[in-house]
Amino acid sequence: MSPAPLLEVRDLRVEFPTRRGTLVAVDGVSFAIEPGEVLGVVGESGAGKSLTGMAVIGLLEPPGRIGAGEILLEGRRIDRLPAEEMRRLRGRRIGAIFQDPLTSLNPLYTVGDQLVETIRTHLELDRGQARRRALQLLDEVGIPAPGARIDHYPHQFSGGMRQRVVIALAVAAGPRLIIADEPTTALDVSIQAQIIALLKMLAREHGTAVMLITHDMGVIAETAHRVAVMYAGRIAEIGPVREVLQAPRHPYTVGLMGSIPRLGAGAGKRHARLVQIEGAMPRLNAIPPGCAFHPRCPRRFERCGAERPELLPAGAARASCWLYG
Amino acid sequence: MDSRPLLRLTDVGRDFDVSRPWLNRMLEGAPRQLLRAVDMVSFDVARGETLALVGESGCGKSTVARLIVGLYALTRGRIEFDGVDLAAAGAGASALRRRMQMIFQDPYASLNPRWRVRDIVAEPIRVLGLAKSGDEERVRIAALLAQVGLAPEDGEKYPHEFSGGQRQRISIARALSGHPEFLVCDEPTSALDVSVQAQILNLMSELQERLGLTYLFISHNLAVVAHVADRVGVMYLGCIVELANAVTLFKAPRHPYTRLLLDAIPDLGMSGAPRTPVGGEVPNPLAPPAGCAFHPRCPHANQRCRNERPAWRAGVACHAVEEGRL
Repeated sequence: MSPAPLLEVRDLRVEFPTRRGTLVAVDGVSFAIEPGEVLGVVGESGAGKSLTGMAVIGLLEPPGRIGAGEILLEGRRIDRLPAEEMRRLRGRRIGAIFQDPLTSLNPLYTVGDQLVETIRTHLELDRGQARRRALQLLDEVGIPAPGARIDHYPHQFSGGMRQRVVIALAVAAGPRLIIADEPTTALDVSIQAQIIALLKMLAREHGTAVMLITHDMGVIAETAHRVAVMYAGRIAEIGPVREVLQAPRHPYTVGLMGSIPRLGAGAGKRHARLVQIEGAMPRLNAIPPGCAFHPRCPRRFERCGAERPELLPAGAARASCWLYG
Repeated sequence: MDSRPLLRLTDVGRDFDVSRPWLNRMLEGAPRQLLRAVDMVSFDVARGETLALVGESGCGKSTVARLIVGLYALTRGRIEFDGVDLAAAGAGASALRRRMQMIFQDPYASLNPRWRVRDIVAEPIRVLGLAKSGDEERVRIAALLAQVGLAPEDGEKYPHEFSGGQRQRISIARALSGHPEFLVCDEPTSALDVSVQAQILNLMSELQERLGLTYLFISHNLAVVAHVADRVGVMYLGCIVELANAVTLFKAPRHPYTRLLLDAIPDLGMSGAPRTPVGGEVPNPLAPPAGCAFHPRCPHANQRCRNERPAWRAGVACHAVEEGRL
């Protein structure tokens, strides 16, 4: 067996109590990430991928809560830590990168001040040392002329440069795990490539585990080692990225991959139909019994509506689908 | 079939005044500042075809869309629809503009939340007086909803009762209700999930075939553009830098910026080929670089590119291509 995982999530359930009953947004999700590994988590809006990430960093917004399951970081349970201890863990052991760099940066402080504060919160360095470390970080994330830029405010940076600053903040204290939630979604394609290259470089050089949450299969294809495909709060399929993208096993993954327009063979050939998954993802208050995908599934049979499939071995991946039962 | 283009843009330009307020200018001596959002844009759209404009944010593609449908006024150039200059048509312009409709990116913002779907779809019918009676209107709305894959009962509901994909279907039904020939689609699927995007793109291509529609399709997503377009124009900083048949453009891109965009697309085939890292970002449009706007990011730039703006030659505006250096 491979080395001990850095992050292990077991049977995670995230729920929202409402007046009309409890909505289950993440249901029985289990996965692990090893040091230096990038796990991609993909899914469409409402699939529960961001909530899974938020549960791991302890930032679920009430009334959302972890209803069941365990989250272990380096073998230690972190899902029941007191708020204060969790806060220290964030930043020190877990870094976070969100979609919109502007919401992660304080507009009233210079980039340097924010970095120095983050560094000194987590590491025992004096101001001068922290500033030198901040300069080194800005250089590492590819900000040109860091000496001149360190005293600038966030609004003086472009979108791509801001996201680099956010990444510098996330890795400032040398975290073991980075949760990146749609880190490239707000950026133009030419900038996306730069940010992806940076994330990969950090994971490789520092042995950081990365949980990369995105709706963009292209980003996953380029960055992740393994991928988990989520549907209606559950993992539909999880496995090595090449296996899942090129030979998907779960009918949902098959449909999802087929619905993506591609360059290459069909480029410029108009009117070729894209694969279409009929219907829409169910709402949280109306998740079908059995396999959540069965009402839309072209390959459903009786068992699918009656019994919920666990993750079953399917090729080199695992799929929660009775076709492999 | 009429061989004249349905739409023709000639040297179209639009400036926005982004000066500080008058008092600041008086007190601080700040100058007037004009942002050249679109400059020297020319292209034709033939009947029944799909022309796509691609580019990164701020390249002016949405401004072009809005100029065509008349949401912005032109600063320079002319736009002809069916052979008639829209600016010179006077009262006739609105009759021409009826023949075009627009679909917007955000179906959450473009539908009035207080109106029932049937009223949203019926608005163009009522404004243009296309139905003689209430019965006729009802029949037409039901047919329009069916055409975009919705049920006639959906007309009684409000927009919030629908998902993003269904709302975009409502937008399309509304756009079609006035019998347009030409649809300007501004990022129609960018706010949608991929599986929903596939449904909408399939619907749009069915409708085009069935109704003989002409599309101007604005998108930042090259893979989507490759899927829908007959011809593609690539925009950078307000100008079209390359315009070509879609097959040609994706197979043999000529302008260095088109190459950059194509290289920057993540590879789903996982061939293992690394993306060519591209330095730099789109420059500030308030202070565009001299010469060719792309030269600061271009690996092939030379002294001429820094000084002289490249002319439009045979579908591309680039000194390096023109001189045979590329």
